This record gives sequence, C-alpha cells and structure tokens, in this order.
Amino acid sequence: MLRRAMGLLARPVAAARARSFSTDLPAAQTADSTFVEAWNKVMPNMDPPKTPLSFMQPRPATPSSIPSKLTVNFVLPYASELTTKEVDMVIVPATTGQMGVLPGHVATITELKPGVLSVHKGNETTKYFISSGFVFIHANSFADIIAVEAVPLDQIDANLVQKGLAEFTQKLSSATTDLEKAEAQIGIDVHSALNSALTG
Amino acid sequence: MAALRREGRRFAPLISPRSITAVRSSPIAPTHEDEGPIGVRYISTQVVRNRMKSVKNIQKITKAMKMVAASKLRAVQSKTENSRGLWQPFTALLGDLPSVDVKKSVVVTISSDKGLCGGINSTSVKISKGIHKLNSGPEKETKYVVLGEKAKAQLIRDSKKDIELIITELQKNALNYTQVSVLADEILKNVEFDALRIVFNKFHSVVSFVPTVSTVLSPEIVEREAESGGKLGDLDNYEVEGGETKGEILQNLAEFQFSCVMFNAVLENACSEQGARMSAMDSSSRNAGDMLDRLTLTYNRTRQASITTELIEIISGASALEG
Repeated sequence: MLRRAMGLLARPVAAARARSFSTDLPAAQTADSTFVEAWNKVMPNMDPPKTPLSFMQPRPATPSSIPSKLTVNFVLPYASELTTKEVDMVIVPATTGQMGVLPGHVATITELKPGVLSVHKGNETTKYFISSGFVFIHANSFADIIAVEAVPLDQIDANLVQKGLAEFTQKLSSATTDLEKAEAQIGIDVHSALNSALTG
Repeated sequence: MAALRREGRRFAPLISPRSITAVRSSPIAPTHEDEGPIGVRYISTQVVRNRMKSVKNIQKITKAMKMVAASKLRAVQSKTENSRGLWQPFTALLGDLPSVDVKKSVVVTISSDKGLCGGINSTSVKISKGIHKLNSGPEKETKYVVLGEKAKAQLIRDSKKDIELIITELQKNALNYTQVSVLADEILKNVEFDALRIVFNKFHSVVSFVPTVSTVLSPEIVEREAESGGKLGDLDNYEVEGGETKGEILQNLAEFQFSCVMFNAVLENACSEQGARMSAMDSSSRNAGDMLDRLTLTYNRTRQASITTELIEIISGASALEG
C-alpha cells in the first residue's frame, strides 16, 4: 500500500520536476495532442505516457540565409562524441564515396560505410574511423551523424589491421555458405577501409 | 538480573492484579495472549523477542539490498546518460507520431526480471494494455512482444493469445549495443508490424520514473505519412543518397532506428528498476525500523510489568507472613 502511495506521490512530483531537469528540456511542442485525447478517452484514470517529443531538445527553424557554420551532432550508442558543435565542414564516408558537407547543404539522408570521418574546424581536423551508420543533414545546417563505433585514428594498430585482413581473406576463400561468405566479405571491407584510413 | 532469569524460565502465569494496562495496548495482543487463571492477560516476552530478531534481520537484508541497488544504479546510470543522444536525431528527422493510424501495431513492453522494485512493472503493463485498447478496432490488431519476467507474468494471464515473443534474462550479461541489436533483429524478423510502440520507464531521477512510449514506424508507413503531408511532410525534401532505391535506405533506417531506440529504452528501464528498488528497499528498512521501535517498547513494558508483578507478590507474601 505504501509503495502505491509513493508511486502516486512520485508522478505529480515528476510532472512538476520534469521541467527543471537540465538534461531533458521540454520542446516547444510537448505532447501529441491527438494521442493525449485518445488516451484520455480510453483510459481516463491513468496519465498518458510521455513520448520522445517531450524530451527533445528543440531544433532551430531553417534560416533564410545560409549560416556560416555547420552544427554537428555525432552520437554513438555509448557516448555522444560531439553535441551541437559548430564546425566549418565534415567529410563523411557515404556508401557512394566521401561526401563533404558544408553549411547550407541540401537536406539529405545517407547511409555510411566503414571509413574515415573528418571534422574540420578552422585549421584543425579531427579524424575518426567509423563503422557504418547514418547521417542526416537538415535544411537548417544541422548534421546528425549516428555511428555504431568510432575510434580516433591514432588508436588503431596497423599490425592488427593486416592480420585481420589476412584472416578474413582466408575465411572468404574457405567459406561455404552464403552467410559465411557475407560475413567474410564484411570483414574484408572493414579491414581494407581501416588500412586505407591508416595509409591515406 | 535474578528476576530476568526467573522470568525466562517461567511457564505458568502467576496470579497478579489486573493493573497491567500497558499490556492491553500492545499491537500484538490478541494472538499471543497467555490467558492465566482469573483472566490475567500478558504477552510472553519470548514471543516478542523472536519477532524483534526476525524484524531486525529483515531490516539488515533490505538495507543491504538498497546498497546493492545503489551501486548497480551508478554503473548503469552513466551508460544511460551517454546513450540519450542516440534517439534524438531520429526524432528530429522523422518526428514522433504516437497517434498514427495503422493496421498492425506491436507493443514492446520492457520490464525487469527480478521483483521487489516497486510499481514500475505494473505501470508498464497498464500502459501497454492502454495502448492495446487505444489501437483496437475493426481491421486493427495489436500484438505484444514482452521483455522481462514480470511483464510476462502479468500479460500471460489475460492476453496470452496476443503475445508474439517473450524474451527474458536480458541483464544476465552487462547491457551493450550488440546484444540489443541482435534482439532487435530477432523481433524485426519474426514480427510483422506497421508501427512498433516501445513502452518503458524513463529514468528522471532516483525517485521519479516516467512511463514513456516511443513509436517506430515501418518504412511503408513512413512513405505513406510523408506523401499525405502533415508532420512527416518535409521528409520528401530530403534527398536520399546511396543504395539502389529510396525504399532500401528507408528500410535500413527503420531498422537502425529501432535498434537505437531499443538500446536507450532498455538502459533507461534498467536504471529505473534499480532506482525503484532502492526506494522500495529504503522504505522497507524504515518500516522495519519503526516496527522494531514499537516492539522494543512493548518488550520493555512487558518485562517491567512482570518484574512489578513479582515484586508485588513477594512483598505481599512477606507482609502476609509478618501479619
């Protein structure tokens, strides 16, 4: 009984407190009103669940003139590498080749292949090797790069790359099923990309 | 000292006047009464002492569980906060349409495997059932995919035929993206869906967990909504590069979105579970402490009453002898 009382206490406190957390700021549009109405009709006794809209950081609207800097969000499952960092240019390894993104780039959705991502700000360049992901370029010069793994180039060991490449080439030649062939091919792709990243 | 020793070995109640009002107000009175001759009522201190021992043990155990939950929370919390950036790009691109009208929706309920974590699992199940009701209608069907033992136990009771997949023992090894993406792959392969609704408890702080539902749409529905305008209307303005067709990229996008959102959801739920367990165990230790205080008072009163009784007997016996 005490537990339910605590739960009831927690929810209004949470609703009042939700605004003041710095980690999750409310967006201009905090909830989908059709959803809330439909919910209240079906389950009048329960508060509707929150949706990701209420936890989004709001994004600025498309400006009329091209902004001078590109704002980049580079996220990985276990860390956010760059959050709203203002840079001059990024070069992403899209499946169609290296793609340079400048402020004012047309809105695009692109899939990435294993390769080098370089972030240019002023005179300094930071390079990461990423293992595939997606990049969304929005009309307001915001770029979201979502990758599964990313390592700075200086943390890659060249010997291990060579060994891995040799291993996967050998696996491809000895592969029997389609699945094994596909896995070996992926291994070869990643390792040769790593190789060219280190040399190029 | 001698009085205490005597009291411990006493079996038959001695005759004594009914001035022991303290005994009647004790909370454990009815069941442990020893009714002696001439209607004298008092509680055996042995019983109270046993009860005090067990309550003290419970307090120790719940305090230890709270410490364990606190340390586990610290470990998961940093991972969770780092993963919060993962779903934001997808919502920025595709928006959030929980009220989308689809034929086949699948509710993915995330819960814990272990209990003693307060009410978070029941809240998740209630919300899942609410969404099921919301999406029911002619030609519409809603199925469940259940993660975690606690939700499985509750949902199997009345919605057994609607459950497609049950996955348990998620937290046996530490949560990582690879494991969750394999899980997401399994779900995507085996379940047909137009919209996936992931129900979980979002971790706000150690005392507040907000039930949340994240919606992931299948690529066909994304196309349909983009064409019909509305919230996804500017999706068509985005050029889709690479791949053979736009549909292929959107398919990959939907799958990637699902695995990312699942990863964040599973981590947030794990955090909420540890936080809820911490507060449940904390309130439990506090209750045990209160109960122990009350029992101690009862014990002391009983002890003093029996000592008083003995003294009265002795004195009255002595005064009778003197006569």
